[in-house]
Amino acid sequence: MKTYWKKNQQRLAPWLFLAPGIAMFAIYVIIPIFQSMSISLYAWDGLGEKEYVGLSNYVELMDDDAFYTSLKNNVIWLVLYMLAIPAGLFVALFLNQTVRGIRIYKSLFFFPFVISQVVVGLVFSWFYDPNFGLLNIALQAIGFDPIAVLADEDWVTYGIIAAGLWPQTAYCMILYLTGLNAVDPEQIEAARLDNAKGFKMLWYVVLPQLKPATFIAMVVTVIGALRSFDLISIMTDGGPWGSSRVLAFYMYEQAFSEYGFRMGYGAAIAVVLFLIMMVYITAFLVKMYRDERGL
Amino acid sequence: MFPTPIEKTSTASQTFYKIALPIALIVWLLPLLAVALTSIRSAGDITAGNYWGWPTSFNLLENYTAIFENTPIGKYILNSFKVTIPTVIGAVALSCMTGFALGVYRFKSNLPVFFMFVAGNFVPFQILMVPVRDLSLNLGIYNTTMGLALFHIAFQTGFCTLFMRNFIKAMPYALIEAARVEGVSEIKIFWYVVMPLMKPAIAALSVLIFTFIWNDYFWATVLTQGADTQPITAGLYSLNGQWVAAWHLVSAGSIVAAMPPVLMFFLMQKHFIAGLTLGAVK
Repeated sequence: MKTYWKKNQQRLAPWLFLAPGIAMFAIYVIIPIFQSMSISLYAWDGLGEKEYVGLSNYVELMDDDAFYTSLKNNVIWLVLYMLAIPAGLFVALFLNQTVRGIRIYKSLFFFPFVISQVVVGLVFSWFYDPNFGLLNIALQAIGFDPIAVLADEDWVTYGIIAAGLWPQTAYCMILYLTGLNAVDPEQIEAARLDNAKGFKMLWYVVLPQLKPATFIAMVVTVIGALRSFDLISIMTDGGPWGSSRVLAFYMYEQAFSEYGFRMGYGAAIAVVLFLIMMVYITAFLVKMYRDERGL
Repeated sequence: MFPTPIEKTSTASQTFYKIALPIALIVWLLPLLAVALTSIRSAGDITAGNYWGWPTSFNLLENYTAIFENTPIGKYILNSFKVTIPTVIGAVALSCMTGFALGVYRFKSNLPVFFMFVAGNFVPFQILMVPVRDLSLNLGIYNTTMGLALFHIAFQTGFCTLFMRNFIKAMPYALIEAARVEGVSEIKIFWYVVMPLMKPAIAALSVLIFTFIWNDYFWATVLTQGADTQPITAGLYSLNGQWVAAWHLVSAGSIVAAMPPVLMFFLMQKHFIAGLTLGAVK
């Protein structure tokens, strides 16, 4: 036994170290993905017998207006959330100086990302309050009528996204600030001698060097947009009349809420969301694979 | 350095920058400042609609003791710690091992196993929700802080493995080779050679995971209910429902909930940022 270990330990050791991690990950992440796919083929209230219904959950989805509303909102989230990247870059450029106390400024600007989305949601519901919210005080001061952002079907999703952009911009800012630290000063000086400045310098000299930061900012922003749940749950609970739902929220609502426990139907929504996310995950893995081979 | 260092520009733009900086900060944090200010107002101010004027009285102590005395917020905070601390320890411990295995050894399924962790870390929570809740119910750990922590440990292992593996991969391999030549066993190499070098990565991951888990709301609502098990994020949501229009209390509760991760961030800033950039932007 002992000699077997001695002889083969380089072959066995990695599996020994991997075993607990793989076991936990398989039980709580990998297997549940397949279980959800299977549940999506059943009608199930979570307690009683499961009834096999084939693809009928998916067929029902095709005709479900709430599903399309959620899907549409997911697209809006994805597109608008991307604004966090240029916004973060802008703030990072503004703060990338060496004046006194700048480090404290940088940390304070990062603040919104550190606090919970529950707090962000509460803060913004308040900011939007039609009676005393700061937004409406400001609107009235410049002569507009107050808007009840979170009670208005046309505004609500944008209002929540704006709240989400606050921490997300802070996140992108910190990624760019670290990236800017690594920008090669000699290239900048050389470009300055060639009379490059302002936007041209940013576009042709600085941004190419910030590619790794931009890549990570894109990854975390896409994931953040597709995971949006907390803010919607806190700020509107999907309302008014379901107009601010996204797939993640609609799934939760279907699977366990007062409207009944439709686990199968919820799982079908989750599978759709998973497939959308899979596009990004695959792209990310392909890039990682290339980088690995490139090493 | 880009943009042009401010000290090399005209005096006018230097002054402008020095004025713009604090103003920008105040605007950026305005929502938060409003909450902080409201959390020390009296109930009278709130009913009178005095949200933005000077407070008629400063009720710092009253409001903060009120939320601890009249609500289970203390319990919620304790639950948050009971979920967060085991998660940090568990996920970091598991990923030290997986990261070591994937970063040091060459074997056929190395990349596939690594990619499994990375891909799993990105999946939407909703696809796990129903089976994980079911599993917790069957194991009898539904509605316990341990049940919630176990799920978090498993899920965070994905991200932590990505981070640890990249960190270990960047370490000098010659060190391990040398130990092997000396006849040191693989387990001792892990413990005595690699682990001491992983301290910065462990610190970075710990602060990051602490913040992530402290701020988790989704899984808290899926796997726990009631003040005996719910962490502060879910607790704050239900308190918000009870405190209709008691904005000074909601604000004080929000500040209390935000405190631990904020303190963590300020104390361990360097590590925190190293963790956020996934080690990719150095």
